[in-house]
Amino acid sequence: MNTPTEEAMIVLNNVSKWYGDFNVLRNCTTSIHKGEVVVVCGPSGSGKSTLIKTVNGLERVENGQIFVNGTEVTSKRTNLAELRSRVGMVFQHFELFPHLNIIHNLVLAQEKVLKRNREEAREKALALLSRVGLDQHTEKYPSQLSGGQQQRVAIARALCMDPVAMLFDEPTSALDPEMINEVLDVMVELAYEGMTMMVVTHEMGFARKVAHRVLFMEEGLILEDTPKEQFFDSPQTQRAKEFLASIISH
Amino acid sequence: MFDFDWSIIDQSLPLLGQGVMVTLKITLTSIVLGMVIGTLLAVARISIYAPLRWLSAAYVNCFRSVPLVMVLLWFYLIVPQFLTKFLNLSPLTDIRLVSAMVAFTAFEAAYYAEIIRAGMNSVSRGQNYAALALGMTKSQTLTYVILPQAFRVMTPLLLTQGVILFQDTALVYIIGLADFFRTATNIGKTTGYEIEMVLFAGAGYFVVCFCVSLAVTVVKKRLKL
Repeated sequence: MNTPTEEAMIVLNNVSKWYGDFNVLRNCTTSIHKGEVVVVCGPSGSGKSTLIKTVNGLERVENGQIFVNGTEVTSKRTNLAELRSRVGMVFQHFELFPHLNIIHNLVLAQEKVLKRNREEAREKALALLSRVGLDQHTEKYPSQLSGGQQQRVAIARALCMDPVAMLFDEPTSALDPEMINEVLDVMVELAYEGMTMMVVTHEMGFARKVAHRVLFMEEGLILEDTPKEQFFDSPQTQRAKEFLASIISH
Repeated sequence: MFDFDWSIIDQSLPLLGQGVMVTLKITLTSIVLGMVIGTLLAVARISIYAPLRWLSAAYVNCFRSVPLVMVLLWFYLIVPQFLTKFLNLSPLTDIRLVSAMVAFTAFEAAYYAEIIRAGMNSVSRGQNYAALALGMTKSQTLTYVILPQAFRVMTPLLLTQGVILFQDTALVYIIGLADFFRTATNIGKTTGYEIEMVLFAGAGYFVVCFCVSLAVTVVKKRLKL
């Protein structure tokens, strides 16, 4: 397995966020090193998805600082669009653009954001589509693909931007069971190649296989932030024990 | 029973054609410009600048709260001097036609703005996130991701609004502008075949509106809406 470096890629420092009176994130602090794979888990409503969306500034925070690759996301002076173009994100519901065919889904941001020319962007797109095993489907529209295929396209779309890190927000939660593995396989491969990854997921098999660390969240707090062996073998908090028991019991 | 004499229509075709042109000019101008302004209003409505949001909301609510006939008359009675200067028109221009086009555009823009706003709201928040996460700016997100999807969903509504607009153009009767309907009744009055002409005009509007309505049904099916 790939060993992470000491260089910090994503740093969260005392991050807090409120939705009105509701304190959705409470003093969250952690850092993810370059090449590290960190799985974020916890019961629904614990703030995992909100946390991962703060990393590329899709969700604003009221307190604390966030850095990605040395750039402060939480600073008003930061060009968020520029920063986001270097951080890949994959969503629970794929979010492919339904009005564009697969190749255009992959080409759009390369052209408009990275200013690559059409040919260059197409070449990159085709290379990444073949990597996720979908180069036969370039002219199809998202609705013509299965959920698993759509999610692999979404991963390829994010990789087209040559990201320094990848964020996955429950990438397999909306999939039929038989399609989960084809998506996880792509993610495992990425992890082995040394991609820095932050993954919100309940797939504990994936966590055991490729994660370096596991964050366990509840009620907006990061309750555990430990190497994966420790998390699975001897979770420190009662809540983490209950959580693990509840998702593994069947 | 009436004894219809339809030969009058044949004789009046050139004149009626001119009326049709006026009707089409007003309809098409206000559909195109109304949609452009409506889109700008809808985008202003979600701007991060509060004054823009207020202005857009005020505009839309004002125009949607007054009768179209009144707007038409208002533009005709009060605004011509201003229009002549503002649009740099020669004194020979038929001010009635221009004021009607401006009035319909201004009025329809408010309705289009609401349709387009609803269309934008129908695009899921996740699409917005996905586009932003790829590094697109807000305006790129709107242009390449949100609006194309919104317009697809809205096509039937926009077409239907176009039909309503087409029917409403007959209201220019009030400012004495010789559109299709006014021309027909004028000819009827001067020749004594008023009933024939009004029936014929009605049939004309019916055929156009009914055909577009059928087209809307087909479009809906095609787009799987």
